[in-house]
Amino acid sequence: MSVELLNFIETVLNGLMSGVMYSLVALGFVLIFKASGVFNFAQGVFALFAALTLVGFQTGQIPFSHLINELFGTNLHNWYPSLHSFLAILLTIVTMIILAWLVERLVLRHLVNQEPIILFMATIGLAFVLEGVGDLMWGSDVKVLDVGIPSGGSIWLEEATIGWASEGSEYYGMYIDVLNVWATIIAVILVTALALFSQYTKTGRALRAVADDHQAALSVGISLRSIWILVWGISGFIAMVAGIMWGTESGVQFSLSLIALKALPVLILGGFTSIPGAIIGGLLIGVGEKLAEIYIGGLLDIGAIENWFAYVLALVFLLFRPQGLFGDKIIERV
Amino acid sequence: MNELSKIDKKTAQNILEVNNIEAVYNHVILVLKGVSLNVKKGGITTLLGGNGAGKTTTLKSISNLLASERGEVTKGSITFNNQDVHQLDPSQLVKMGVIQVMEGRHCFEHLTVEENLLTGGYTRKSNKEVKNDLERVYEYFPRLKERRTSQAGYTSGGEQQMVAIGRALMANPKMILLDEPSMGLAPQLVKQIFEIVSQINKKEGVTILLAEQNTNMALQYAEYAYILENGRVVMEGTAKSMRDNEDVKEFYLGISGEGRQSYRDFKQYRRRKRWL
Repeated sequence: MSVELLNFIETVLNGLMSGVMYSLVALGFVLIFKASGVFNFAQGVFALFAALTLVGFQTGQIPFSHLINELFGTNLHNWYPSLHSFLAILLTIVTMIILAWLVERLVLRHLVNQEPIILFMATIGLAFVLEGVGDLMWGSDVKVLDVGIPSGGSIWLEEATIGWASEGSEYYGMYIDVLNVWATIIAVILVTALALFSQYTKTGRALRAVADDHQAALSVGISLRSIWILVWGISGFIAMVAGIMWGTESGVQFSLSLIALKALPVLILGGFTSIPGAIIGGLLIGVGEKLAEIYIGGLLDIGAIENWFAYVLALVFLLFRPQGLFGDKIIERV
Repeated sequence: MNELSKIDKKTAQNILEVNNIEAVYNHVILVLKGVSLNVKKGGITTLLGGNGAGKTTTLKSISNLLASERGEVTKGSITFNNQDVHQLDPSQLVKMGVIQVMEGRHCFEHLTVEENLLTGGYTRKSNKEVKNDLERVYEYFPRLKERRTSQAGYTSGGEQQMVAIGRALMANPKMILLDEPSMGLAPQLVKQIFEIVSQINKKEGVTILLAEQNTNMALQYAEYAYILENGRVVMEGTAKSMRDNEDVKEFYLGISGEGRQSYRDFKQYRRRKRWL
């Protein structure tokens, strides 16, 4: 094989895998959008909050310790030196479910049947509040998140592929981050589970019913409140998974909440209402970005295409196919 | 007979009693201005009236779907089987046996016909009963069995109405609040739907409260009728007495006794004779 071809394959693979990360974030948006018709601006902050909480539990940090120390002159820091990652993740899941319950209780319940824009604004407010609370609870310093997922380049792959190039060419093997491989595996499991759940269980069916028609769902005795708590809980969970992946890669800090921005073009591409759309949209953006960076960038001799390519792609889609690739077809009988 | 057993006898007949309710949307828009009605167990009672008379609001007050539309019942009481159901959630009411089939059908468009029906059994505990009921619904609506795997959004208006009624039946209700099943359907289909509703009423013993604009049809199938105007009950009586009533004929059935009338006469008549 020629070096060009191998490089191309490597770029595509890396693109696919970073695309999975985008998909994970986008998935949280889609679920909430389908079930409660809200574009949840706070999804990115959810991921940040989940990652912060996870680190907090892991290191045994006392919530609000900075505040307490400041107010009472105490010197509190930790409950315990450290906690097993698995337990910490469980506790974080519980926290995210409580958060979902609070959101329903304090925000959504009072805004039933309001305009989507009002709900959207409420989620912007929620994002700010949660950001502040997260900072206050766990401190604003950059934290290292390590739950035992291996990361770094795969040496095995590098050694396996080094001989693939044709004789005499300069080739050092493929580089793929193991973390991304793990992210892919976890995302696949997560999505499969979700798809099976919504297709084959009674609650899943109710979830889809709510997504279709709130009023009708109410009329057959589905409790919107419990469905909302469930959906926000699930997207809290997905936010946590995304938070773990991104947090492991680049540390837990405020900028983690900006991954939400990366999810926007994914949603525009895949459609706001489609779970497969979120996944394929994420993959397309991931691959597109990497290819654009290497090939268009190389051609025109400009860098950092990766940073804006997704948005331009989204713009093109908004112009020609605003419902996205897989968005709900608006069913119209004639 | 003593007083107590008299009351017992009276309430045993009425499955639903609505006493003088007022309904308000958005805290300001008064839609129902004191509606009272009694629905006899096992029968078909119909609620007639033009657009905006308050038929739908009355049904939604009973099923409490009003709450999700920023409306509320501010006065009066609603009792079902002698229990106060005024502040209950729709889901609690469905469990008690009151279910509403909404106007305009409201199918879950992206679910298949069968999935739509199954969602109707959401509040049921036993899977086996739900399966049996599904077969029962298919007996009433053989058409739905043929189309069980197609997306509800792509079925015809008549089929969607069948889905909506079948879905309500899946909850094993004691009472169905049926809001304008005839809306947007061809006369032939309306007749078919009404036949099935009347069968469900007879065979399953489900009480039906039917809101309709198609007065002629409703009065053929119902036993008792209320006429709403401007959020008030202006007339009530057995379906037969309604059919024979001159005013009902004139205003709702479009039959007038003495041939053509000039518009001027009609207006005067209307001004002279008011029901309030």
